[in-house]
Amino acid sequence: MPTVSMTVNGQTVSAEVDGRTLLVEFIREHLALTGTHVGCDTSQCGACVVHVNGEAAKSCTMLAVQANGASVTTIEGLSEGDDLHPMQAAFKDNHGLQCGFCTPGMIMSAVDLAKRNPNPTEAEIRKGLEGNICRCTGYHNIVKAVAQGAAGMRG
Amino acid sequence: MQSFNYAKPASLADAAAALAKAEDGTLLAGGQTLLPTMKARLAAPSDLVDLAGIAELKGISVSGGTVTIGAMTRHADVAGSAEVKGAIPALAALAGGIGDQAVRNRGTIGGSVANNDPAADYPAAVLGLGATVRTNSRSIAADDFFTGLFDTALNAGEIVTAVSFPVPQKAAYVKFPNPASRYAMVGVFVAKTASGVRVAVTGAGNGGVFRVPAYEAALAANFSPSAIADGVISAADMNSDLHADAEYRAHLVAVMARRAVAAAG
Repeated sequence: MPTVSMTVNGQTVSAEVDGRTLLVEFIREHLALTGTHVGCDTSQCGACVVHVNGEAAKSCTMLAVQANGASVTTIEGLSEGDDLHPMQAAFKDNHGLQCGFCTPGMIMSAVDLAKRNPNPTEAEIRKGLEGNICRCTGYHNIVKAVAQGAAGMRG
Repeated sequence: MQSFNYAKPASLADAAAALAKAEDGTLLAGGQTLLPTMKARLAAPSDLVDLAGIAELKGISVSGGTVTIGAMTRHADVAGSAEVKGAIPALAALAGGIGDQAVRNRGTIGGSVANNDPAADYPAAVLGLGATVRTNSRSIAADDFFTGLFDTALNAGEIVTAVSFPVPQKAAYVKFPNPASRYAMVGVFVAKTASGVRVAVTGAGNGGVFRVPAYEAALAANFSPSAIADGVISAADMNSDLHADAEYRAHLVAVMARRAVAAAG
């Protein structure tokens, strides 16, 4: 079985895995970081979005071996200490979630968007979240949250 | 997903060798199509040869009126490339409309053209611009490359290394995306070049991407949407599925073609 080593939320991790282990399975089942969710498991819904080398990726559509040597950030690694990341705080402030299942992926995609486009318009936010599906909110408060979170990230 | 052997060679020669000795091996590029296909057990290769470690397959260069994009260059890199935006803005825009951002951060041009999904975007640009697909053994003209649904002129074991696009005078790509998958229900790439006009359609044909000679002739005489206002496309060769029937797709081809000509300006 191949050995994979990567940095996850700043910690170096290494394990022998079956080659077909998905990155999301590695994160959830080997590392017990269950904040990253599996929704559709077909790369449509975005619940599994994490950052690989600083960029959003759907961890259900990536093998753990493909992330060998990479730096991975999950929702658990976004905040520093007990203070929420500005994007997390914005989702809380704007009630940008109901059941919360899509929220980790939504926030990871939103942070990726705001890093590339620090001051996105509403249309750019909606386009930027095309790969993340929410079945509760109707997106309105998510879009508001991302605008506030992006402003918070600008500082 | 069925189990497989995994290899990540550092050179093209090693990749070709790994593929040759595999019982039923497959190349892994970005994996955005292959991995879901394997998860659904529609593909069960004995070996995956990951191309991500081969530096020579990545990158974009522009010289002498040609944009060359390495096979492992990701959609996000093409969409964000100042060089591509400057030389062929329609190509950068097309790459920026594939899937979603997370998919564009993984998916590659080589994987897209080698897979030849009948609803993929890149085949329309490759055929519409008359590009050349470069492999580890030869160069293949776009007109000879796409041979049918998920089928190409690539031989077993042949590896796409790059795609070279001639810079057109003007070009545009307009698609009607499926709202869930963002795949093209119909996408039309129109290019005006010194040697004529090319019109390539993806998403619609039951044999994959195709050209529309009647539109090309009309637009060569008069490059404006009005030149193809009466250009009815036959529904006989259109794809029909739950998203759109053949008649609707034929209608969309005409509409998207006119919009693409208008967008090209």
